Amino acid sequence: MGRYVIRRLLQMIPVFFGTTLLIFLMVNIMGDPVAGLCGDRQCDPATAAQLRKEFGLDKPVWQQYLTYMGNVFTGDFGTAFNGQPVTELMAEAFPVTIRLTIVAIFFEIVIGITLGVVTGLRRGRPVDTGVLLLTLVVIAVPTFVTGLIVQLVLGIKWGVIDPSVSSDARLDELIVPGLVLASVSLAYVTRLTRTSIAENSRSDYVRTAKAKGLPRGRVIRRHLLRNSLIPVVTFIGTDIGALMGGAIVTERIFNIHGVGYQLYQGILRQNTQTVVGFVTVLVIVFLLANLLVDLLYAVLDPRIRYA
Amino acid sequence: MRGATHAKWAACAAVVALAATGCGGGGDSGGGGGEDGIVSSSWTDPQNPLEPANTNEVQGGKVLDMIFRGLKRYDPKTGAATDMMAESIETTDSMNFTIKIKSGWTFSNGEKVTAKSYVDAWNYGANLKNNQKNAYFFGYIDGYEAVHPESGEPSAQSLSGLKVVDDLTFTAKLSQKFSTWPDTLGYAAFAPLPQSFFDDHDAWIAKPVGNGPYTLNSYQKGSEAQLRRWDDYPGPDKAQNGGIDLKVYTDNNTAYTDLIAGNLDLVDDVPASQLKNVQADLGDRYINTPAGIIQTLAFPFYDDAWNTPDGAKVRTGLSRAINRDQITDTIFQKTRTPAKDWTSPVLGEDGGFDDTLCGDSCDYDPAAAKKLIQEGGGLPGGQVKITYNADTGSHKDWVDAVCNSINNALGNEKACVGNPVGTFADFRNQIGEQKMPGPFRAGWQMDYPLIQNFLQPLYYTNASSNDGKWSNKKFDDLVDQANAESDTAKAVDLFKQAEEVVRDEMAAIPLWYQNGSAGYSERISNVTLNPFSVPVYNEIKVN
Repeated sequence: MGRYVIRRLLQMIPVFFGTTLLIFLMVNIMGDPVAGLCGDRQCDPATAAQLRKEFGLDKPVWQQYLTYMGNVFTGDFGTAFNGQPVTELMAEAFPVTIRLTIVAIFFEIVIGITLGVVTGLRRGRPVDTGVLLLTLVVIAVPTFVTGLIVQLVLGIKWGVIDPSVSSDARLDELIVPGLVLASVSLAYVTRLTRTSIAENSRSDYVRTAKAKGLPRGRVIRRHLLRNSLIPVVTFIGTDIGALMGGAIVTERIFNIHGVGYQLYQGILRQNTQTVVGFVTVLVIVFLLANLLVDLLYAVLDPRIRYA
Repeated sequence: MRGATHAKWAACAAVVALAATGCGGGGDSGGGGGEDGIVSSSWTDPQNPLEPANTNEVQGGKVLDMIFRGLKRYDPKTGAATDMMAESIETTDSMNFTIKIKSGWTFSNGEKVTAKSYVDAWNYGANLKNNQKNAYFFGYIDGYEAVHPESGEPSAQSLSGLKVVDDLTFTAKLSQKFSTWPDTLGYAAFAPLPQSFFDDHDAWIAKPVGNGPYTLNSYQKGSEAQLRRWDDYPGPDKAQNGGIDLKVYTDNNTAYTDLIAGNLDLVDDVPASQLKNVQADLGDRYINTPAGIIQTLAFPFYDDAWNTPDGAKVRTGLSRAINRDQITDTIFQKTRTPAKDWTSPVLGEDGGFDDTLCGDSCDYDPAAAKKLIQEGGGLPGGQVKITYNADTGSHKDWVDAVCNSINNALGNEKACVGNPVGTFADFRNQIGEQKMPGPFRAGWQMDYPLIQNFLQPLYYTNASSNDGKWSNKKFDDLVDQANAESDTAKAVDLFKQAEEVVRDEMAAIPLWYQNGSAGYSERISNVTLNPFSVPVYNEIKVN
């Protein structure tokens, strides 16, 4: 398995360079960021030239990219336009977003899989139909609608939560935003689990397990669920990256100063360093999450081995 | 099974690593009522580091306004420039000024504020090497070209026009006559700086130290700035509350929601989408007062199609095709006032505001509009494209409305279309590269309440914000005369004559004056907005 992991890690290198180069070029195509730095007036040419020099924007793009990558390997992600090192921005934003993602994934696993198992075992019954309808609604309603309604009802009408998350972004404050963020994926997890369970519950090994006289709970947990989880795990794994990068809507609504917020600001201000830095880290997270998923297959189904 | 156990171990390690970061903590900062009560207010992350000569937007300006006091201060109600730290600013020729400052002032770190604090700060701000975005504010001072050349390295390190006479006196020599120059000195760029700024710049930037009624207690970039009353503040405008917590919001809608839910005391930017509910939500705790901001449509005079001899007729025609009253009522819910000149109501009549100056040219009259445009040779290329940035504000809404109004007036569905640009930076970029295909959104927020500030930077030949590159000798001459005139009333009159040239040529179409809008909770009172649409924080009282 060690060799498998190393091979996978080596495969990440070209992906890593490719994505960073793409993002770098994309942000650069948007034009000269210094133009927007002076507000509604034009920067005076001398100061603008000076700023361009300071941020290395006066050099050709390929040279900027090489310098940037060179710096990244020494742990220097450059400086944002407000004078803050990008690493400092990351140190503030990533813990918050990781907490939010953990909350969201937690709900996906606990609620999604539970509902999936319950409905999968009770196909066609009222519970099944009810949950199916519910997931359909959740999938159909965009996140920002859910988010704003939840904020309005729980935050203002009932006063159960604070409508905005404080700058500490404590775990308890993130429960509701996490639930909102997880909602759509949660519905997919439910449906995936349900289908998988429904399919496997008719399989030979489940029948054998039952025939052996094993308790129902053990049959479901050790035999049925474990084998049904592979597609679900794949989905959740890829979702980690998607949640971290795509939390932008939820973060905006609930005033969470995480990765989505920083990326949004970075794009608005055409701050190449911020955008490329954050995306680079997100790419790594995504790649690692995928590796993790592949390794988990072996835990769930011992027949799958990595040489 | 061997592979499986290994995989299990790897998975668990990752989960532990993720969970380890999930530890948070911290308590709420408690604030009592009365004199020591803390006010929480919405904020947006400043774009630039907090330095007086480097901060050119409102958000950073708010903090500077709390922690700094300069020679002059603009009256929060009238906008008039009144002496703050200045004992006297005297001149006999409108070019050589002697500035005396009051004694007994210190920075919050105990250091005395002297004439040197000002001269050093201004020299720093003007020097090209320091990349200060407000450097051009020092452009009137003699020797500016040497410290801030248009290209190449500076040949001097300090402005030759500034001289320290003694501890509390310094002189400034300007490179041209500018009678109202002392009134510009209330702008944040002219604030004094303590020695610690020059000794340890990084430390100062992380936690700025000034001489204003507040000190910056803690500053977490991107999330919160806590300002606390400075009890030893020597000035007359001491803070009436214990401090201000500026909280960064990702979205002004969330800030508004927090205000309604009682978690926030003050929102100084009511989102457009909430304007319909704001009266019902807040009643008289909603403020909507004029600010020194005017929105206009500028034209690309570098494009021959827009710079024709009869072009003024076309531009005036377009101006008359815009139904300002209807747009400010329906789209802006009366948070904008239809423009009647090229300045702002906050100047007052004595300051040069004149609601008759634009006259007919700003009145909605579709028939006259059609006629004028025909006489002027029709629309260049048969269509106007109004360029705007689509990322912030509700620019799309009003541009579409303006185009609708023009299309209806001209009876042509395709006479006007909006031309959105993705980001503000790109919008500024295209303006800088002189690529505008037609009229474009231009907004002007005054730096100081002077009619000069509404005209010279925008319409003087090659001026810093003359984005359309309009040029008119008569206008330039009148502005020069006005600046040389030592009698204020006469100077204002000359500026108004210059403004009439802008009107006759319709150098830019005035659209509307922008109001500052704010809402506050029942916990606080005595909340007002100054002419810059910034809350007057030091006067807020906690009940």
